[in-house]
Amino acid sequence: MSLASQSITELRKQLTAGEVTPLQIIDDLEKAVLASDSEINAYLSYDFDKAREMASNADLSLPLGGIPIGIKDNINTLGEPCSCASQFLVDSYIAPYDATVISKLKAAGAIPLGRLNMDEFAMGSTTGNSSIKRTNNPHDLDRVPGGSSGGSAAAVAANSAIATLGSDTGGSIRQPASHCGIVGLKPSYGRVSRYGLVAFASSLDQIGPCTKTVADAALILNVISGPDEMDSTSLEVDTPDFTKNLNAGVAGLKLGIPKEYFTEGMDPAVREIVNSAIDKLRNAGAEIVDISLPHTEYAVATYYIIAPAEASSNLSRFDGIRYGNRAEQSGNLIDLYKDSRSAGFGSEVKRRIILGTYALSSGYDHKYYDKAQRVRTLIREDFTKAFEQVDAIITPVCPHAAPKHGENSDDPLKEYLEDICTIAANLAGIPGISVPAGVISVDDRKEMPVGVQILGPHLGEVAVLKVAQEIENFL
Amino acid sequence: MSKDHIDVNYVANLARLNLTEEESSTFQRQIEDILGYINKLEELDIDDFEPTAHAAPVYDRVREDVAKSSLERDAFLNIAPDTINDQLKVPKVIEEL
Repeated sequence: MSLASQSITELRKQLTAGEVTPLQIIDDLEKAVLASDSEINAYLSYDFDKAREMASNADLSLPLGGIPIGIKDNINTLGEPCSCASQFLVDSYIAPYDATVISKLKAAGAIPLGRLNMDEFAMGSTTGNSSIKRTNNPHDLDRVPGGSSGGSAAAVAANSAIATLGSDTGGSIRQPASHCGIVGLKPSYGRVSRYGLVAFASSLDQIGPCTKTVADAALILNVISGPDEMDSTSLEVDTPDFTKNLNAGVAGLKLGIPKEYFTEGMDPAVREIVNSAIDKLRNAGAEIVDISLPHTEYAVATYYIIAPAEASSNLSRFDGIRYGNRAEQSGNLIDLYKDSRSAGFGSEVKRRIILGTYALSSGYDHKYYDKAQRVRTLIREDFTKAFEQVDAIITPVCPHAAPKHGENSDDPLKEYLEDICTIAANLAGIPGISVPAGVISVDDRKEMPVGVQILGPHLGEVAVLKVAQEIENFL
Repeated sequence: MSKDHIDVNYVANLARLNLTEEESSTFQRQIEDILGYINKLEELDIDDFEPTAHAAPVYDRVREDVAKSSLERDAFLNIAPDTINDQLKVPKVIEEL
């Protein structure tokens, strides 16, 4: 079996036993990428020679020693491109520093390898907003991998990566993980430093792992967590060993099922998979409790004010002055800004900048931004109350399996409404994981994976991972 | 501009974007749809609730004021679109009187 199709946990055992070398892993990974990525298109770029150089010096005594990790193309890695899949940055921007998560991966012996495709500036849920290439779902090339971390999820699913990092602002790790049949974890807000992650919506963004197993996600979370003086929103809290007690079981745990997440428009086959996972958790000794998160129906509207508002501010740095695209022969400074930005940004990015600028503009900020922030408080309080009653919450990740390419491309609102199950976790800052729970039949007798989401209280990743491990053990 | 009407060209200018005619008519329609949906928040009476700006409220965290070297200057100059004498070059911003 190719080493590329194994988990971190399996590879670490073989590496420390001296049965395989880091160079063999890189070689197998290169073969896998060359064999499959012309169809999947998960990678924007890679440098296997540089990876071999790092592999030959890998310290196998470290927790991720000798393990290559793919990186979403919005996380800065010194000396490598970081295009955010945008024409504004592609071919001109080379990262002048390491993001904190990259420094931490390197310090733990891991080898950052390859840049993964995404929706431009992480805005989207199909990876179809990449300005560079279209990534296909490994389970059906006619379908999207989900997004925005579509490349990160598809590479893991296609066994052309051992594990990857993604970023999640409204579901951008969990939703593609569900669509591709892998594990995707969004940590609690403040658990992982955002320094070096190109900011989309700063109060919602969080970096997390896309992996083949729950244990691998826990292992990466161990490494990338912790306070960072370069990110004032990272929290001064201890990092527990997330890999411990993964198999402690769910007996005695109280798990909440929020009725608002099982919407009318949901695919019945997805509902059946989620219900079947819940039944198995009940049989494994968990107490299943019906709960209500009454403000769920306002989450999408709240998110699509707050996220574009923050994005419109964050993306003002892309002005053509210091890096990235600069329009030629613009008459004055304002024209240079406008020409550089208009040529560099794609439609979804422009749409969200305009929406966000409007929501923050004089006379409208109270009606939109301030109001959304108050509703955000209600959504947070829903979860606070729920977690007084239960240890974790079980929901779908997405009402449907991965759609075909271009299905909602002219109707952004319809696409936004598909985020209903994932965005509240970002608004509330709580951790969430998507873990594969089954497959459903779609046309042409193809089978598409469907994940189940587990949400926990803020900094409650231990419970989330334990329930996820139980679901993984069922399959 | 009436109270609830967005003029996408006006807002695009504020955001330092030019729109083509096609973009402006498409965005006008799409953003009106989105704003129509967002008006759903009007159903809620929320004046008694504090706004949440940060999901895990921490404020005024500062690091120790210790001098240390910054990132390499050349790494930044190398990715700049235009430089002169180790500085960023920009169009003229001061007009002669």
